[in-house]
Amino acid sequence: MRLSTLARTLATTAALALLAAAPAGAADTIFYPHLVYRSGAYAPNGIPFANGVADYVAMVNARDGGVGGARIELEECETGYATDRGVECYERLKTKGSGAIAFSPLSTGITFALTEKVPVDKIPLQTMGYGRSESADGRVFQWNFPLLGTYWSAADILIQHTARISGGLKGKKITLVYHDSPYGKEPIPVLQDHAAKHGYTFEAIPVTHPGVEQKAAWLKIRQTRPDFVFLWGWGVMNSTAIKEAVAVGYPRDKMYGVWWAAAEPDVRPAGDDAKGYQGLALHPSGADYAVHKDILKYVYDAGKGAGKREEVGEVLYNRGMIDAMLKLEAVRTAQKLTGKTVVNGADVREGYAGLDLSAARIKELGFEGLVTPLKVSCADHEGARKARIHQWDGKKWVFVSDWIEADTKYLRPKVEAAAAAYAKEKGITPASCP
Amino acid sequence: MIYRETGQFRTSYAADQAIFRLRQDRIGIALVLLFAWVGVPLLADDYLLRAILVPFLILAVGAIGLNLLLGYCGQISLGTGAFMAIGAYAAYNLALRLPGLPLLLDFLLAGLVAAAVGVLFGIPSLRIKGLYLAVATLAAQFFVDWMFARIGWFTNYTPSGSVTAPPLDLFGWLIDTPLEKYWLCLAFACLTAIVAKNLVRSRIGRSWMAIRDMDIAAEIIGIRPMTAKLSAFAVSSFVAGVAGVLWAFVHLGSWEPLAFSIDMSFRLLFMVIIGGMGSILGSFLGAAFITILPIFLNQAPALIGIELSTAMVSHLEFMIFGALIVLFLIVEPHGLARLWQIGKEKLRLWPFPY
Repeated sequence: MRLSTLARTLATTAALALLAAAPAGAADTIFYPHLVYRSGAYAPNGIPFANGVADYVAMVNARDGGVGGARIELEECETGYATDRGVECYERLKTKGSGAIAFSPLSTGITFALTEKVPVDKIPLQTMGYGRSESADGRVFQWNFPLLGTYWSAADILIQHTARISGGLKGKKITLVYHDSPYGKEPIPVLQDHAAKHGYTFEAIPVTHPGVEQKAAWLKIRQTRPDFVFLWGWGVMNSTAIKEAVAVGYPRDKMYGVWWAAAEPDVRPAGDDAKGYQGLALHPSGADYAVHKDILKYVYDAGKGAGKREEVGEVLYNRGMIDAMLKLEAVRTAQKLTGKTVVNGADVREGYAGLDLSAARIKELGFEGLVTPLKVSCADHEGARKARIHQWDGKKWVFVSDWIEADTKYLRPKVEAAAAAYAKEKGITPASCP
Repeated sequence: MIYRETGQFRTSYAADQAIFRLRQDRIGIALVLLFAWVGVPLLADDYLLRAILVPFLILAVGAIGLNLLLGYCGQISLGTGAFMAIGAYAAYNLALRLPGLPLLLDFLLAGLVAAAVGVLFGIPSLRIKGLYLAVATLAAQFFVDWMFARIGWFTNYTPSGSVTAPPLDLFGWLIDTPLEKYWLCLAFACLTAIVAKNLVRSRIGRSWMAIRDMDIAAEIIGIRPMTAKLSAFAVSSFVAGVAGVLWAFVHLGSWEPLAFSIDMSFRLLFMVIIGGMGSILGSFLGAAFITILPIFLNQAPALIGIELSTAMVSHLEFMIFGALIVLFLIVEPHGLARLWQIGKEKLRLWPFPY
């Protein structure tokens, strides 16, 4: 008796759930999976990025009703920056809705693991400003898109800048303080290679995850007194490094962070001591661009913002926004190429490969000044490789250089060689590009 | 009433020594195995296979490895993650440097390399005991982490230190679908469980238990502590090494030393403690508790239709998971396997308990 009542209740609930699910599937929707970390050691950096993505997608849904007539359904999955949880999230989300359009893991470790899986599942992997550097070679890495710049590009830009301001690097000393993970190790080959070319002494000091213990690294820096310190850190490691630099009296304006080590959460905890600290900028910070007005109007005025209103326009917030914009532009390109409204991962890959973001289009999107034009091709999946240097003045980031472009002539053969080695190891036949 | 031995007579030594002496148990385990081999592949989707069952089975193998050492021989080890790493990198290097090596042979050789390193780091156990040994095995963990992160030869000088597994080619059969991976891991889990169960019932397993219960008494009745302890380290590291290969090759596909960090050692230790020390079944229960429960808790609010923010869900996951660990340890300090055993004893008396 009781059992049958229970069974009936369950059956009714299941039926109701099916009914509730049906209309959502019937309308034209595309599924936007989003791997985030809002908890754990890297949450201070993960949260603004995730908010930027969530707010931009909410704004596009509210203002345009989605992209190309398809509403965007966003679902977050918490990875905590852990590779195994990231893989679990990927498996959970990849077939939801009409199929995931693309993934952005926001972790080099998860990117490496997913690089093995996406060609089988036919879902593109967008790693804007991170990931494997050799994946810029689209002939081997057909499903990876490290848009806007890889770590090899970043290392090259930093060397160009420091060489310019110090009038040549001959006899100089450069020390890299890096997060001891694939992320931190990525720039080492380029920095070592440049050392032979420019004639500086290069030293790399690893810092173990999560990076709160760096005393030994900075004592070494006090001994060797390098001319420049490059910081390849993430999360709490960055602010700790700045505090340690203060403790050993290393000048902050000789320190350069990669673009993941040059945002507000990195400098604020160090207070006034962070003044003068510099870093790479993939894009400007600040909330006075056209797209921010729309976000504030459609999302925050409606009380649906993912974060606090005053945090709109922070460095990592803007980066999340740009990440989402590029993904949706790839979707739009895919819709144009295939003629379908609801596109899946394989279609979006074509969209990425044909992505051509002109200055006019950027202006139309409200990103004028935030991103430079980029053009992805079959062989080049990076699209653009430019960054500026900005400096923390105690309250905000101020640009101290113009756009610097990485040296393609120097980097491209290295990328191709590394990609060819990967292709050989995995038995991949590189695609031929026109 | 149903679950009792009345009327079942054992007339041979073989029947008396069987692992499952009760007919009901034999039917039960046959049903479980049938379900695992046939039922699950019919019912489960790719997500369940790839993201939940495969890691669960691999970590269950790892937990059996640690359980042999900790639960049966009484040697506390915080280096299981390190032995898994040795297995994974040994298999990677063997496959890389000896092309054409059959996959199973690669796995076994990697296990043997892990066993050799395990014996090496087990030597201190001859002199130091208990918590002091735990600290000594911690050295193994840190040394191995350092070795694979710093010595480029082991990772074939890849710039990022991350390596990728070769395709899984089992005698010409390419294992790449989630179902094939599940079957491979299930085969390893079944095999490990049977071998481990029989090992602990044999002379060698009994000598481990004698050492665990009182090493001086064991020595007096003629058990060599050195052989017993080092063989426990060897077998345990072998199993952990094979689990490491599976974790790297089958589950992750591409990994860096962080995949086998101290966190992994702790997770396996918790599996053994929560599942039940000195129990093969406990290793499976503990692995299920530690791997599946957090993922379930993470999805539970959405399943019952409660909308919560991602951060809230993940904080709730940590809180409930932690509370459950404490609860289980208070209710039954001997682990989930002990709860199962109590349940079975109750079932034998039902419906006339006395």
